Amino acid sequence: MQFVAIVKRDCETCQMVAPVLAQLRAHAALDVYCQDDPAFPAETGGARDDRELAQSWRLQVEIVPTLIRLDGEHELARAVGWDRAEWQQLTGLADLGAALPASRPGCASRTLDPGMPERLALRHGEIRFRSRPIELDAFDDPVEVAFDRGWSDGLPVTPPTDLRIARMLAGTRRRPDEVLGLIPPNLIECTLEKAAINAVLAGCRPEYFPVVLAVIEAALEPEFSMHGLLATLGFAGPVVIVNGPVARRIGMNSKGNALGQGNRANATIGRALQLLIRNVGGGKPQEIDRAVLGNPGKYTFCFAEDEDDPEWTPLNVARGSPPGASTVTLFHGDGVQAAVCWQSRTPEELSRSLALCLWGVCHPKIAQWSKAVLVLCPDHYAIYRNAGWGRGDVESALRDALRRPGREIVAGALGVPEGLDPSRAEELVDKFHAEDGLLVVRAGGKGAGQSAIIGGWSAQRNWRQVKIVSQEVGE
Amino acid sequence: MSNEPYVMRDPTAELSALVRERVAPPANLATATIALLSISKERSNEFLDTVAARLQARGLTVRRYEKPSYTKPAPAALLQDIVEQCQVAVIGLAD
Repeated sequence: MQFVAIVKRDCETCQMVAPVLAQLRAHAALDVYCQDDPAFPAETGGARDDRELAQSWRLQVEIVPTLIRLDGEHELARAVGWDRAEWQQLTGLADLGAALPASRPGCASRTLDPGMPERLALRHGEIRFRSRPIELDAFDDPVEVAFDRGWSDGLPVTPPTDLRIARMLAGTRRRPDEVLGLIPPNLIECTLEKAAINAVLAGCRPEYFPVVLAVIEAALEPEFSMHGLLATLGFAGPVVIVNGPVARRIGMNSKGNALGQGNRANATIGRALQLLIRNVGGGKPQEIDRAVLGNPGKYTFCFAEDEDDPEWTPLNVARGSPPGASTVTLFHGDGVQAAVCWQSRTPEELSRSLALCLWGVCHPKIAQWSKAVLVLCPDHYAIYRNAGWGRGDVESALRDALRRPGREIVAGALGVPEGLDPSRAEELVDKFHAEDGLLVVRAGGKGAGQSAIIGGWSAQRNWRQVKIVSQEVGE
Repeated sequence: MSNEPYVMRDPTAELSALVRERVAPPANLATATIALLSISKERSNEFLDTVAARLQARGLTVRRYEKPSYTKPAPAALLQDIVEQCQVAVIGLAD
């Protein structure tokens, strides 16, 4: 009968069972491995050095102390932590540890330290990447190499080392070789591994990765038209709106400065998609990306809806997701324009005031081209809420307020050639298309009645071909 | 910095740039068929109608093509047809 024990000094239960191990060794062959100090336990004259954790990894130890009974290389049984009866049964020694308490839980094995499973799996060849390795010498700065190789959007990227990629992939249950789709513009097949590498570059944490995958899948839906959005002369890029519990779980910002800088999840999830399109798809500015000006949101544009008020129907639920679902919604967004409405006190006044601002989307005399997202700030939302208005009331009032006599916006009116065909002068014209023309979401901090308008891509006028897409976040 | 090699994984498609020889322009347009491709933007055809009229006035042969939507890449069959039927292409890109 042989035994192997795995211990660590930094574990009170291991210290407690040290005399027991000495007692066992007097009766049977026992190899003791220590994860943090080969001089421990003194009672057994020290242990085999397992600070590199090779033996602990091979034996798949999760708790210390672990006592394993072997027949040659074959494991017969094991006990984890200290349980006197269990250890006595395992060893056949009826008086083993008689002076100790009946039981005491062990501690986590060092093989489970944060990042350690991935580190050990790489070291022992259990994770292999298919992407080309790029070896640097001692004089190379990894961040500069990434710039030189064209992997960056202009800001520094996190070097995609094997360990970082392995940790990123640990954020999902999906397989690294799973194909997500063809990334435009070059329509290159993209695996989860490539997505993980680009998520590392972008600075994502592993727990963001399922959201990144949902974003990529939404962007690859044909009706989202990612190719056209990339290649457009217009300003727009993908805007990601996150709903549901995942937003809180990964610490996204839906409060003050939600559309601005300063939150890692907001900043890096949107960036991961853009880097993937650049690096895997080959979409680069002044090449396939033909934007005349672009907008700063093309670095990254991602935020969460504020779902603190259960009275408000979140965007994803309004679009058909079950309550409590985590989703991403992708919009083709130009950038942010202000809707500063400080004087409105009633919901009707506020709706008219917001509608005036919304008419500026794309061009004040153009209707049903660009869509828009209205990001309703808390001070504006309070006006609606205090009047008992919910999502349906707000959307309905805005729709009414966004209807204008055609004669005000026909070509030539106001001395401006842009505008509707003059034959529509007698019509009442809606600013936005009925299908998804205006998305209303809640976000922001308190303090002023200033909501945000995210104008949409002018190609949204092809509403049958270019659609806003929502995708559920998986695991 | 340690002596361990520092390894990063390539985030790109790992495609070497494929430099292709440009097709030499035909020596004489009189024997060529000229593709006029509209990408379906609003005034694309207006522009191409004018180009077509001027080319035809010179006795040249044109064939008209149109992408279904400018928001998406041209279908492979359309591109293949241009490649097979024409030696020169003019594309009406922007508005």
